[in-house]
Amino acid sequence: MSLMAEPSASGRFGEFGGRYVPETLVPACQELEASFIEAWADPVFRAELDDVLRTYAGRPSILTECKQLGAKLGLRLVLKREDLNHTGSHKINNVLGQALLAKRMGKKRLVAETGAGQHGVASATAAALFGMECKVYMGAVDVERQALNVFRMKLLGSEVEAVHSGSRTLKDAVNEAMRDWVATVETTHYCLGSVMGPHPYPWMVREFHRVIGQEARAQCIEEFGDVPDVVVACVGGGSNAIGIFSGFVDDRSRLVGVEPAGGAAVSRAQPGVVHGMRSYLMQDEYGQVQEAHSISAGLDYPGVGPEHSYLASIGRAEYPNVTDAEVIAAFQLLARTEGIIPALECAHALAWIVRAAPTMQGQTVLMNLSGRGDKDVAQMMDVLAK
Amino acid sequence: METEFRAKRAAGRKLLVPYITGGYPGWQDAVRACAAAGADAIEIGIPFSDPVMDGPIIQQASQAALEGGATPVNILHEIRSLDVSIPIAVMLYYNTVHHAGHERFAAQLRSAGVVAAIVPDLPLEEAGPWCEAADAAGVETVMLAAPTAPDERLPRVAARSRGFLYSVGLLGVTGERTELAATAAALAVRLKAVTDVPVLIGVGVSNAAQAKEAVQVADGVVMGASVVRRLIEGGAEAMGEYIAEVRRAIDE
Repeated sequence: MSLMAEPSASGRFGEFGGRYVPETLVPACQELEASFIEAWADPVFRAELDDVLRTYAGRPSILTECKQLGAKLGLRLVLKREDLNHTGSHKINNVLGQALLAKRMGKKRLVAETGAGQHGVASATAAALFGMECKVYMGAVDVERQALNVFRMKLLGSEVEAVHSGSRTLKDAVNEAMRDWVATVETTHYCLGSVMGPHPYPWMVREFHRVIGQEARAQCIEEFGDVPDVVVACVGGGSNAIGIFSGFVDDRSRLVGVEPAGGAAVSRAQPGVVHGMRSYLMQDEYGQVQEAHSISAGLDYPGVGPEHSYLASIGRAEYPNVTDAEVIAAFQLLARTEGIIPALECAHALAWIVRAAPTMQGQTVLMNLSGRGDKDVAQMMDVLAK
Repeated sequence: METEFRAKRAAGRKLLVPYITGGYPGWQDAVRACAAAGADAIEIGIPFSDPVMDGPIIQQASQAALEGGATPVNILHEIRSLDVSIPIAVMLYYNTVHHAGHERFAAQLRSAGVVAAIVPDLPLEEAGPWCEAADAAGVETVMLAAPTAPDERLPRVAARSRGFLYSVGLLGVTGERTELAATAAALAVRLKAVTDVPVLIGVGVSNAAQAKEAVQVADGVVMGASVVRRLIEGGAEAMGEYIAEVRRAIDE
């Protein structure tokens, strides 16, 4: 059996996961779980999703070998180009799956949280495509640093609400989306953007991103005749990492999830419960959730998806962290050597590869380039001017 | 608390449980004012960084309390020295319990004189380990029942509830509403049909008239946002007058 099989009946990966939600939401989570199980086993649903991924999102995404940068680092560096998907990131895989599922469940409205805005844009896009209403919650700090994505969501016909509570970033956007869902659960589907939250989300979102790993594994075998030695992805909640890990978890490949230094939940290895799940969580001595700090809004999250906590706890994946300064350098490095501007989130993965390159000489390193950097250009103009 | 509530119900009294955010400036005076104005128990909120079941008023009070340095430890310490004669319950989010450890936290509540705990993000399926630790320490765990629950679920939730059963008045988070939601009475009626544990309606019971309406079908009410707003705007005295007004309304 695969190491990344179904969670337990209570939605657990080892001792992580579960369903810690207000009583009001329990029936909705149960209904979602039942609907997902039924849809995922239905060839008609699978065909419909595959079709929209192919003809709308642009799947399969290609592999790109970074010859210049690879030579410079002394390894074979290969990118899985999720940045080339429609809307510019991997987020569309999950959103199309959830939107089709919501439609099947008769829900006409989506709510979503977003950090960098990539999941918000993807949700707004799916809502436009399927004729659904959509409201996106976004921390007020992120609304400011990701103004371009805010405008894109509005252009796509969604409502964007700036969240002013708490740290005014991703975790507070999740709180507000959950509050909305508690009040509107009968008509609304919560389109959660990562492999986090209450069961069945961590599992369901992983399944919707499994396509990344499946494609990547087949492409690696075809082009290089083997699985990569190392598979690397950035981790906030951890959806793009879970997606690519799922293709290689039962192989010999080393799995590396890279967290920001200011949001290194896995490194601290302290379990907590927030946003419906038990997982590693940055918290103070009384269990108050701490604020993460990262240059990238998409990784500015104090927790991590429960399956990552599990993979870390059993030693199957490792979770180093990198500083903002390393990320800024990596962001520019990929642009100059390969002509690809990565999202700041993915620049974390590259920053780790650059740092660890001396220990990986001659190896094949597959990195999930989960999003493009256009959204970060305005922010980086300011950062680099200083 | 349950024994006392059952006795009061048998005597024909409707139960009034105000909510006060622990650690908010003046909260101890507010608790005493509630007791003096005819509350049957007090629910003290232990502020949490991410209160997903709370609307703007209680979020604001929680954030102010946290910024003022409130912690679970110092709130429990201060509860111990409150010296009020009615039962004290706490409302807290599960990570506060999880982080401290079930047995340890249950013992801390017990030694602070807290008789009951309400944990709104701990549904029936996840509640087992905490409830067992709380039972063992002699702390009652109040379960919440929601309007979205199918009929088969309600008796199971009721059977696990101690102290009273919290009947969630509407689909939504805490906060004041212009009218008592139709779901409030409907759920209380469904619950009364399946349990003899006292049923109190909370969430969205926003003034004396709504409280009076709620106790036509329920054994009592929990009132949060409207109480905390008066504490924020007018201090403990104004809040105490409000509790007295609600008391008169539900006694009529």
